[in-house]
Amino acid sequence: MRIAIASGKGGTGKTTLSANLAAFLSKTETVVLTDLDVEEPNSGLFIKGKLENEETKYKMIPEWKEETCTLCGECQKNCNFHAIIQLGPQILVFPELCHSCYACSELCPTDSLPMVSQRMGKLKHYSGDNIDFIESQLDIGQEQAVPLIGQTIQYVENNFDDNTLKIYDSPPGTSCPVIEATKDADFIILVTEPTPFGLHDLKLAVETVKELRKSFAVVINRWGLGDEKVMDYCKENDIPIIAKIPNLRQIAEIYSRGELIFEQVPEFKDELLKISDYIKKEMD
Amino acid sequence: MKIAFTAKGTHWDSTIDPRFGRTEYILVYDDEKDEFESFDNRDIENEAHGAGPKTSQKLFELGAKVLITGNGPGGNAATVLEKAGIEIFIGAGNMTVKQAYEAYKNNQLTKF
Repeated sequence: MRIAIASGKGGTGKTTLSANLAAFLSKTETVVLTDLDVEEPNSGLFIKGKLENEETKYKMIPEWKEETCTLCGECQKNCNFHAIIQLGPQILVFPELCHSCYACSELCPTDSLPMVSQRMGKLKHYSGDNIDFIESQLDIGQEQAVPLIGQTIQYVENNFDDNTLKIYDSPPGTSCPVIEATKDADFIILVTEPTPFGLHDLKLAVETVKELRKSFAVVINRWGLGDEKVMDYCKENDIPIIAKIPNLRQIAEIYSRGELIFEQVPEFKDELLKISDYIKKEMD
Repeated sequence: MKIAFTAKGTHWDSTIDPRFGRTEYILVYDDEKDEFESFDNRDIENEAHGAGPKTSQKLFELGAKVLITGNGPGGNAATVLEKAGIEIFIGAGNMTVKQAYEAYKNNQLTKF
């Protein structure tokens, strides 16, 4: 089973929940936690393990061959992302804009745009007690998270079978990186906080996952803060709230030391248990 | 020589659009022929990616040699403009097109 942990808003507690839930579930299941926030992965701060494997990741971009090019202009017409620009007698390629769709390369009548690999980042695989942890990080200057997120999921799917519980910590937002991180999930947990900001972005996230036709539920973090409006919204829209993590200073303190919370705060562990029960029901 | 302006309208008295790639209009003044033309660039709103390179390419096709704009182009657009041999002057964001042209003539704009 693949569980994606997402949110519209940043800083709602995706990583806190992902790391704690993965470690908690690893007491009874084989778990792999994957941090797909490739711009700033940090789930690894909470999970201890030994480095198992390290891979450089590449994306494919077209390279212009001046000798065979007839300057017909097909490539720039076919590129949806303006990653190829024809300026008189030359073709310019912008790797940062390229989505590796191959259209220019495949449709070039003279094969003058062969695809070549370009380094975009690094994947690291750690293993611990009954839990594996995978994270990828984009190189500085790389603008596109999607190809690296896709390849990271591929790595997990290739290395772990369906008996492993796969938890994917998604990037924030509602745009392409989140879609890539959640599109193959069996179940999505949306983490929010009971504030106007949390509610605003939760609505966007709900629209996104509905568009993807995914089964999902909400976890409210920092419960006790703010107002009741997130609750009202979920009730009106028949969205299950499967846990409410209390707003406790102790949780913040443990988090800021980079330690796992459920081992020290029983109220937190109770909420993880509710999530775990819900997930187990979803699995059946 | 053709001088291009990024603008929010189609006249000499229109305000300069400080954005380059997503400018609403491109105005081109040919100072040798004293000809003034405007090009609607508002289609660019439909483009999620690559607005800078696309607008740069338009300037190249229009035959502009100088660009007068507000904030200046981003990295990809700057590459295209450089390859196209277009000189860039920035800092005209709060001016009308006319004021921007005069400021350019008096060397009061910043070369990018």
